[in-house]
Amino acid sequence: MTKHDAAPLIEIKDLERRFDVSKSPLSRFFNRGQKQYLKAVDGVSLEIPKGETLSIVGESGCGKSTMAKLVVGLDFPTAGSISFEEHDLSKPEDFTKFRSRWQMIFQDPYASLNPRWRVRDIIAEPMREFHPGVSRVEVDDVVGDLLTKVGLSPKDAEKFPHEFSGGQRQRISIARALSSEPEFLVCDEPTSALDVSVQAQILNLMKELQERLGLTYLFISHDLAVVHHISTKIGVMYLGRICEVADADDLFRAPRHPYTRMLLETIPKMDTEVVERVPVSGEVPNPINAPSGCTFHPRCPFATDRCKQEAPALRDTGGAKVACHAVEEDRLPPADRTRKPHGKGVQNA
Amino acid sequence: MTITPDSPPSRFNRFMDSDLMFSFLSSKLTVVSAIITLIFFVAAIFAPLVAPHRPFDPATIDLLDAFTPPVWAEYGDARFLLGTDDQGRDVLSTIIYGCRISLLVGFAAVGLSLLIGVGVGLLSGFYGGWLDTVFMRLADVQLTVPAILTALVIDGIADLFVPPSMRETLSIVVLILAIGLSDWPRYARVARSSTMVERNKEYVMAARVIGVGSFRIILRHILPNILGPILVMATIGLAIAITTEATLSFLGVGVPPTTPSLGTLIRIGNSFLFSGEWWITIFPSLALVLLVLAVNLLSDWLRDALNPKLR
Repeated sequence: MTKHDAAPLIEIKDLERRFDVSKSPLSRFFNRGQKQYLKAVDGVSLEIPKGETLSIVGESGCGKSTMAKLVVGLDFPTAGSISFEEHDLSKPEDFTKFRSRWQMIFQDPYASLNPRWRVRDIIAEPMREFHPGVSRVEVDDVVGDLLTKVGLSPKDAEKFPHEFSGGQRQRISIARALSSEPEFLVCDEPTSALDVSVQAQILNLMKELQERLGLTYLFISHDLAVVHHISTKIGVMYLGRICEVADADDLFRAPRHPYTRMLLETIPKMDTEVVERVPVSGEVPNPINAPSGCTFHPRCPFATDRCKQEAPALRDTGGAKVACHAVEEDRLPPADRTRKPHGKGVQNA
Repeated sequence: MTITPDSPPSRFNRFMDSDLMFSFLSSKLTVVSAIITLIFFVAAIFAPLVAPHRPFDPATIDLLDAFTPPVWAEYGDARFLLGTDDQGRDVLSTIIYGCRISLLVGFAAVGLSLLIGVGVGLLSGFYGGWLDTVFMRLADVQLTVPAILTALVIDGIADLFVPPSMRETLSIVVLILAIGLSDWPRYARVARSSTMVERNKEYVMAARVIGVGSFRIILRHILPNILGPILVMATIGLAIAITTEATLSFLGVGVPPTTPSLGTLIRIGNSFLFSGEWWITIFPSLALVLLVLAVNLLSDWLRDALNPKLR
């Protein structure tokens, strides 16, 4: 939280993306069905200061990737707004002005590079798009440079993607993202398809590039360990809503939201003595008919009647923002990560 | 950045070293059919140089040579290897010129159906929605009508509108249109399904993030990636188009007898079959069978060689 006073680079307000998942009109008519919507992102508000890394973590299907797509303009929100440097991006046309300022790194390094293109053309694509008529010599120069920057050889420009390993491909992906000289990178699980050893390399590379080029990251992941390594701030997402946003160290030291605690319990620890682990209980409910009130209440060991009826809002709680009635009412046991929480969630497991 | 000497071998060397080349050379049948196809292509392209006679130049035809049997038969003539037809034209030469027409019509028809089919498939696969519905129902309707029937209808319509004086020159164009328009749904379906797979891949998203237009994404990203299976289909399609052309010409709605294709030759010769002049129809038929068989075998091999699951 170093440059908190400055205006954030990206500001997201009450972002909502609803998908129509209704059956066809005909079958609705015969089965007296209602229209059905899936709220993938449900009223998310976040801001990312320049030069920092905000990570979004959550289980599969919680809307992380939809968020990432909304932010780069691959998809458009049904409600809410995104602003980039205080310019509103609510209409698809607004995105075109800023397209060269951000880039995205994808999850699957085997699908994110066109198999028929040479590495040079893959990396140069954003460059050619934003500076039409750039000469071949310039392209070769920049591509060679970028390849060196991400730890590959300039000679690799002539090769095709299938000649590289997963980690190398992800490096090519990063080089492509950097070729339009963006300030903001959205990374949608960039390491989840890689080996653990390679994951660390890629993360270190991304961190190093951030320091050198002053990049801002929105980092999407389901892996808390990865997120701790790279982020300044972490947002925990559950069923399309943010349940806790806190500084990275803070979140790991003193998780507030019961869901955050549950997620942190899943990380194997080296330094503590053998403790009885509390398994993550239950599964993410179907987002088409999400639970009433706080969507986490069926899995929460501290849920009360209020939680079942009233959705909690994101409130400032001692440096972090938490959306939880229990935190607000101060009836949670202290957040000691070695302690095991008591409650019905444990027995359900 | 310069490429140093230790970098990749030349394109030709790499091609000779490739898996494709290996699988080609290890299948004798494929090599033989490739050679046969090549002979047909070369003969067709260089027909005036290859053919021993100029069968459609009235000045070189002598009616007295009519019905000469093949060389090895009794009364054979060394000038006419495979004998002559009712007008004294050398059968071998007419076959070579006929292949020219057959291959021209085949390639052009396949090209036309590729153009329509791949275009339609790319658009409906990429955009989906009502465009997809309209295109695919259209393809369904087209598929319910047999190719030959479509071709006959188009031929009939063309006969109505084309003045008789131009009918002969336009007959090849009509034939190409007829065959091309009847075969596009096959390509459209394959192109559509592959497009729907490619469209959601992350490299397409990467292009969309930087704002590459849909049209350029379709042409530069998706098209190269769906072309493999479609080209295999096109080689089979070539054999089918040649047979369809021969069928139409045999039925008399194809190219006129003045510039005959293989089908026309078979039809002309057919009327002499029972009077004993078998060579007039048998040799063009054999040529047709050989050509179609060779192309089919080649495409069969190509399909297997390009299918990673069969390696």
